[in-house]
Amino acid sequence: MLIPVIIGVTFIVYSIMFFTPGDPALIILGENAPEEQVEKLREEMGLNDPFIIQYLRFLKNALKGDFGRSYSTRKPVFNEVFSRFPATLKLSTAGLLLAVAIGIPIGIISATRQYSLLDSITMVLALLGVSMPNFWLGLMLILLFSVRLGLLPSGGDVGFASLILPAITLGTGVAAIITRMTRSSMLEVIRQDYIRTARAKGVAERRVINKHALKNALIPVVTVIGLQFGYLLGGAVLTETVFSWPGVGRLMVEAIKQKDTPVVLASVIFMSVVFSIVNLLVDILYAFLDPRIKSQYR
Amino acid sequence: MSSSVTTEKDTNLKSQAGKKRSQWGEVWRRLKKNHMAMIGLIIMIILILLAVFANQIADYEEVAIKQNTANRLQGPSRENWLGTDNFGRDIFARIIHGGRISLMVGVVAVGIAVLIGGTLGAIAGFYGGRVDNLIMRAMDIFLAIPSILLAIAIVTALGANLFNLMLAIGISSIPGYARIVRASVLTVKDQEFIEAARAIGASDFRIITKHIIPNALAPVIVQGTLGVATAILSTAGLSFIGLGVPKPRPEWGSMLSDGRTYLWEASHITTFPGLAIVITILALNLLGDGLRDALDPRLKQ
Amino acid sequence: MAESILKVKGIKKYFSTPKGMLHAVDGVDFEMEKGETLGLVGESGCGKSTIGRVILRLLEPTEGEIYFEDKNISQLNKKEMIKLRRDMQIIFQDPFSSLNPRLSVSEIIAEPLIIHNIVKKKNSELEKEVLRLMDLVGLAKRLVNAYPHELDGGRRQRIGIARALALRPKFIVADEPVSALDVSIQAQILNLLQDLQEELGLTYLFITHDLSVVKHISDNIAVMYLGKLVEKAPADELFRNSLHPYTQALLSAIPVPSIKSKRERIILKGEITSPIDPKPGCRFAARCNYAMDRCFKEDPELTEVGNNHHVACFLVEEKANN
Ligand SMILES: Nc1ncnc2c1ncn2[C@@H]1O[C@H](COP(=O)(O)OP(=O)(O)OP(=O)(O)O)[C@@H](O)[C@H]1O
Ligand code: SF4
Ligand SMILES: [Mg+2]
Repeated sequence: MLIPVIIGVTFIVYSIMFFTPGDPALIILGENAPEEQVEKLREEMGLNDPFIIQYLRFLKNALKGDFGRSYSTRKPVFNEVFSRFPATLKLSTAGLLLAVAIGIPIGIISATRQYSLLDSITMVLALLGVSMPNFWLGLMLILLFSVRLGLLPSGGDVGFASLILPAITLGTGVAAIITRMTRSSMLEVIRQDYIRTARAKGVAERRVINKHALKNALIPVVTVIGLQFGYLLGGAVLTETVFSWPGVGRLMVEAIKQKDTPVVLASVIFMSVVFSIVNLLVDILYAFLDPRIKSQYR
Repeated sequence: MSSSVTTEKDTNLKSQAGKKRSQWGEVWRRLKKNHMAMIGLIIMIILILLAVFANQIADYEEVAIKQNTANRLQGPSRENWLGTDNFGRDIFARIIHGGRISLMVGVVAVGIAVLIGGTLGAIAGFYGGRVDNLIMRAMDIFLAIPSILLAIAIVTALGANLFNLMLAIGISSIPGYARIVRASVLTVKDQEFIEAARAIGASDFRIITKHIIPNALAPVIVQGTLGVATAILSTAGLSFIGLGVPKPRPEWGSMLSDGRTYLWEASHITTFPGLAIVITILALNLLGDGLRDALDPRLKQ
Repeated sequence: MAESILKVKGIKKYFSTPKGMLHAVDGVDFEMEKGETLGLVGESGCGKSTIGRVILRLLEPTEGEIYFEDKNISQLNKKEMIKLRRDMQIIFQDPFSSLNPRLSVSEIIAEPLIIHNIVKKKNSELEKEVLRLMDLVGLAKRLVNAYPHELDGGRRQRIGIARALALRPKFIVADEPVSALDVSIQAQILNLLQDLQEELGLTYLFITHDLSVVKHISDNIAVMYLGKLVEKAPADELFRNSLHPYTQALLSAIPVPSIKSKRERIILKGEITSPIDPKPGCRFAARCNYAMDRCFKEDPELTEVGNNHHVACFLVEEKANN
């Protein structure tokens, strides 16, 4: 499934680029370049060939890691995107870890004390968490911790302290979603009969939750986490902008400002491929957690 | 002769309409019991009214657009409830006018997505087999691109303006609706009441409009409500990175972005548009969750 | 002799599945007289519902013809078929999924009336007719604006019956109308169906997997096994003198209160043959205690052995020949 997805994604993104109004040659050379020079570059870049030829050439080159050159720096796009990727990966992973570390325990506690004050507070906070645009949350965090309190750096990738605010910013929404998911999934499992049976047998409450409920409750949560990784990669674009974080997202936003389409599209393709790989891994993990599912994944 | 037939049909329709109302009345009754959902609904009504009467409350050209540098970066006061921005424009007025754009983009984008995605999903569900396979594989590929990134790619390519923004956000959320509608058509299609309708001689049109659509609609309504929230968030996000409506038109995301430079001296420029977003999204989420429960007739309280 | 109302001739219905052709119904013939109840009995998956649906042309048969009141209805076009729907109706097994949850009781019952323009004149006429039908099937007036999910299985099944009766049909396929109901309610619904038959002169094709259900209400009983009829006889004849080994096995499974009876329960062994691309030979051979060589090679035909008693089994045929 991965390869067709990659081909499909490149096709969609390449078509978007292809049908974009505006002549790339003109963008590279500037509006006032002489006609014949533009024509020469068009020929050189293969811009006069039919769409499908151009796409296949793009795909062939892409397989070799060649996504064309940036309009503005004339450097190979892939190198630029790839060199920025570690920063994005660091940020997304930190955000995800934070979300999991907060979301799962709180979700479990909330479920075991359904309708308690703690549960209500958790649910309200989770609702706020999913309702907040993360870039605004980032700005508010900067306002509080950098501007007012002067505790943490407001931007850049300069050591662990600089990772804290961006990770919170990126992780909050996902933490809220994981909390809700864990809670409802936990509640469902708790209600099921075999847990009741275990309880009736006199197994201590905590052990019931650990041994029986947890594993079953986590199965749907794992899928959600996988899907949320795409959201994290998307959110990274905004978070990186807020915190001047030198990742793919910021590269993309800079490229947008300079109308550097190849860089934008290569970034989108790159992140989509990463997202697909993550989902593939989640599928494998899922099959591992729940052996019944294996048959469905062939 | 022919006239008697028409009148008869009319009365039939009328009598049905009367009962229809009672059925939506049932949904409404259940929704009313849900305090959270009602809070969401009331907030949404207020926001919609503010957006509709924005010009009556604060003139667009005079208050929201015209610069007044003498009065810049003022904090909240009696004249400017939420203060002024770096050009001395009233932030409250700009938020109200920005709300117009947010709500419009949200609704139109979801409309596009429901229309295209819903049709694709319905076709896939109805016909099944190869058509289904083809459509859903294509949707899977779309889903592999995180939707905000797809929207970014489309707006970058087409250029940043209101129409392209709605289009991009709409297109990027098509696969979600295709999946939902397909799943719900599939469940409904296999129910015996569809066969029962066929047995009493109902036409395909009647079966689709009276039996399949009403039963497949609930998840779409819920997802649509929550989808407007997502679309508003995406709009703000795109505007924040400079892919929104061109300036000086006020938009929540771009207002936030403009305020960043003044975080130290005038944080209200950033705080208030953000709060506007949070309130709107919160209201839509509350309403969507409430609708989910109210629309499911099988859920007994 | 009463007049014939329904005649099916060589009905086959195959479904193509990923594993091959599924022979859901594989050559079925029978005839029904006006006012009779024919019980169609067989295990789950043997093709009973498929026959019912083919007769009503909710499914197109792969092969075969259906005659309703001596008219071949296999070739009717859509319009003619809609007209025919007035005469032939169906009651479904599942009272939960057979009612649209978005329509109220009165809307469900009124729908056939509206589609077929049966109630001319005004609104009140429609309402009156709906109330009449509700009364007919024993539904209280106050339920007129209720929704199906608010009612229990028995009441829901009554709605389904009222919907089927709205068009004043002559012939009704009752597809396991009581199997989803509690035992106490089963009897009520069976009684209702019997009363309605007497009152309205209905003809029933009564489908069930439970022989004891049809024992008292059927005039004739047809036993089905994997897409084929294996035995068909008047009800008392079948219970007294069943000839097919499969029917005997089914009968032996019914608990008998009588002390005189010394019937021993016949346990069916072996696996049910797959209905997908079946091999030639008797479908029951793999489980039959009397299977002979011949049974694995040829298909036994349904043949009359007297007294309106038909059976498809080589054992019976050979006994008759000797
Ligand atoms: N639309 C279909 N596509 C493929 N196979 C089908 C279809 N409908 C029915 N079948 C198959 O045809 C066979 C007969 O089904 P049918 O529903 O007629 O059985 P039945 O005797 O009514 O059983 P039950 O007691 O379970 O209702 C079964 O093996 C079933 O799986
Ligand atoms: S034909 Fe043969 S296998 Fe089939 S029922 Fe009769 S004896 Fe048994
Ligand atoms: Mg059946």
